[in-house]
Amino acid sequence: MNYQQLAQDTVHAAIRVGADEAEVFLQTGEDFDVDVRMGEVETLTQAGAKGLGLRVFVDKRMAFVSTTDFEPRVIDELITDAVRLAKTAGRDRFNGLPDVGPGNLPHLDLYDPKVISVSADKKIEMARETDRAAFDYDLRITNSRGAGFASHYGTRILANSNGLLYENSYTECGISCAPVAEENGEKQIGHYWSSTRFFDRLETPSEIGRIAAMESIRKLGARKVETQKVPVVFSWMVGPTLLSAIFSALDGESVHRGISFLKNMQGKQIASENVTVIDDPLMPAGLGSMPFDGEGVLTRTKTVIDKGILQLYFYDARTARKYGEQPTGNARRGYSGTPSVGPMNFYLKPADLDPSEIILGIDNGFYVTDTIGRGANTVTGDFSVGASGMWIKDGELAFPVQEVTIAGNMLDMMKNIEQVANDAKFISSIVSPTFKISEMTISGK
Amino acid sequence: MDESIFRSDIGHLLPKESIEILLSTALSLGGDFAEVYMERTRSTSIPLEERKIRSAQVRVGQGVGIRVISGEKTGYAYSDNLDMDRLLEAADVAAHIANGPRAEHPVRITAQLAPDYYTVTINPDDCSITSKTALLKRANKAAFAYDHRIKQVDAYYLDSESDVIVANSKGLWIADHESMIRIGVSCLATQGNISRSASYGGGGRIGMEYFDTISPEEIAREACRMAIVQLDSIPAPAGTMPVVINNAWGGVLFHEAVGHGLEADFNRKNMSIYSGRIGEKVASELCTVVDDAALPNLRGSYNMDDEGTPGQRKVLIEKGILRGYMTDYLNGKLMKLPLTGNGRRESYHDIPYPRMSCFFMDAGDSDPEEIIKSVEKGVYAANFSGGQVDITNGNFVFMLTEGYLIENGKLGAPIRGATLIGNGPDILTKVVMVGSDLKHDPGIGTCGKNGQGVPTSVGMPTVKISEMTVGGTSTE
Repeated sequence: MNYQQLAQDTVHAAIRVGADEAEVFLQTGEDFDVDVRMGEVETLTQAGAKGLGLRVFVDKRMAFVSTTDFEPRVIDELITDAVRLAKTAGRDRFNGLPDVGPGNLPHLDLYDPKVISVSADKKIEMARETDRAAFDYDLRITNSRGAGFASHYGTRILANSNGLLYENSYTECGISCAPVAEENGEKQIGHYWSSTRFFDRLETPSEIGRIAAMESIRKLGARKVETQKVPVVFSWMVGPTLLSAIFSALDGESVHRGISFLKNMQGKQIASENVTVIDDPLMPAGLGSMPFDGEGVLTRTKTVIDKGILQLYFYDARTARKYGEQPTGNARRGYSGTPSVGPMNFYLKPADLDPSEIILGIDNGFYVTDTIGRGANTVTGDFSVGASGMWIKDGELAFPVQEVTIAGNMLDMMKNIEQVANDAKFISSIVSPTFKISEMTISGK
Repeated sequence: MDESIFRSDIGHLLPKESIEILLSTALSLGGDFAEVYMERTRSTSIPLEERKIRSAQVRVGQGVGIRVISGEKTGYAYSDNLDMDRLLEAADVAAHIANGPRAEHPVRITAQLAPDYYTVTINPDDCSITSKTALLKRANKAAFAYDHRIKQVDAYYLDSESDVIVANSKGLWIADHESMIRIGVSCLATQGNISRSASYGGGGRIGMEYFDTISPEEIAREACRMAIVQLDSIPAPAGTMPVVINNAWGGVLFHEAVGHGLEADFNRKNMSIYSGRIGEKVASELCTVVDDAALPNLRGSYNMDDEGTPGQRKVLIEKGILRGYMTDYLNGKLMKLPLTGNGRRESYHDIPYPRMSCFFMDAGDSDPEEIIKSVEKGVYAANFSGGQVDITNGNFVFMLTEGYLIENGKLGAPIRGATLIGNGPDILTKVVMVGSDLKHDPGIGTCGKNGQGVPTSVGMPTVKISEMTVGGTSTE
């Protein structure tokens, strides 16, 4: 089936049956997923999937329908449904497609044929090698939740009644590992993974297995510490916890409705001078990169926080019209959802400092390597999550810590970022190097 | 029995003979077990924002998942295209998990009837969209009428109807029809420069008659009540102290502290802190913990699990003694344990795993008010937004959204939201009082595991934990 044609035909059919504006977002994908545990394949999944989402506007009222069934009869029925449904929704004069015509898509290097062409056997072998490397690292690695290789090949097509017809294809692949370390009856699990759009850029299985094993071994003997206020270091693995909450609080709609602790802050100092945050959908091969957003707006690179000063909020087509702004090109979605603003490659800009130097400068503090729970409130800015990691004593990592919480207000936390390291790893769409917050509350014994 | 008995509208899409061919193909390389799972779901969702119905949305999804088990290995493939050629391809892909010689494995299936634990009187699909938007408009109106400090209101309505057919190489052929409803309200209360939000909702495996038991107005008012209470909240304390946990949603505590640890897969792999401990004392004798899919109309209820096993009641911990684990087909077979009807999956895209249904702690005999009176200085945890557990070391958290200080046996000032952290086995020994007021949550919970979300319920009476760590900021 020609999916571009199907997308366009569906748009035209929606207009024919009474939509003023219409848009189709269509996705197809091929997935491969293998989990290996204790040397044996545990699960192997291989499949292709597709789906189509249609948004229609009738008299500035919006409806949305989606389907995985592409039978013409089903799609025709849904198109009629959509126009009928729209009439039951509220009229909002800011509703509608973005006011943009067709443009040229930048080439972002998001597709690697090798991700697809490498054989299943090779992928299984790499997962096996990763699992083995974890066990080989230390005799205290006695068990494993498994090591996995996952790859995905996807295509996004967007067509709308303003004449847009965009398509882009992308690949992703990743290796993950979760070994269990055991000593004196205590069990601890560690995680590590590599994720990239290009097969040859994966970290090696032996490296992934070794680091995952180190993560679990390091936790053995973890204990609870006293309740106290101390400097807290967010490792690169947990920094995104704070950044993702900051992103949510920068949603233009939430800000204007007063549902964000970062309202009325544009142009103001919301973080220390050490903090520059960028959203860069155009980063070549970036895991959050995309040439056009979920509404067909061409994406662009933005400095969000510049040396602590908040530069902008994020808007989609409707909220931009409503508040007199430009869409930021951050509408994200799958075929089964309506667009809403989301991070592309949203990252805290690394500085020129080795993370070990941050640790060296702390007499008594907490280096956090894992958080548990979603405890960030974007209305109040309150932040409270479970944490584990290493206690810092006299500039050294002294002993592992668990079963404590770290808490503070996110605005204070941002303003108290004293140091930022150089170790950002672009293995997801929200990325952070290690950074130090001068003081937070640790709740423990 | 023939397929006309099925409570299913999709039987005709995949006739008996086709299923038998698919199962035979799936076993052609020598697997031990093959299964065909077919699902068609139609769902409606309607969001309301700023006093307006933001949009009206309908989603349709259908597909078939084919699973082959060979020893401890699982091969899986799915297709959203129901053409027999594509399904045979999927069966062939799944078959490759076994690598024996190609051979004939004829399979015969026989229709069976799933239990019928709950009734749905008014199918959501038979109701107009405007009757659904009317519910949201009522909620919106009630919220703004509640208090002049309520400044923003969002609400949503969701319903879904699914038809599921499961067939396997043991000869099972079974179908079910499931309905689900959910409604929720979130609101923002503002006073001076202080803003606080709260949300509340409800639902279940039920039809539109749900709204005879609770009105949209009541749901809106409960969200508003919590947001207004929060306006006067003080920073939550930091440190370890006695905690009294409210009934119903409080069951999140046991879902995380012990529930996941009793899922058979983690125990077979010796990954859980409860591995190999059946018959041992794992909790205070006040603790009896049950998983029961057969409770009528709760969000976590079901007639059959996603492998076709009837939903059922299991006592997992009886007066502190561990009695059993929750199983799916694979882990039940490998561990030689009975099937408990806990094999669940998010959709045809997914392999089933052992999951909770309606998981709760049974009632004790303490008066809830006496429980609060017994605490000199501590925290009363009234409402939560969710939780998470590290299954390997047993550490778990749950996020408090409404709480109060307890001072000299009385409720004091409301406190800001905070995370509470504990260690599962340790907390179970610290359950020192259990109330008589068992209640199940209002029906909005979704549990995540291995990347799959499934609807679940939690329940609990009021409980006192002698000591737990509260993750606030106040160290005074």
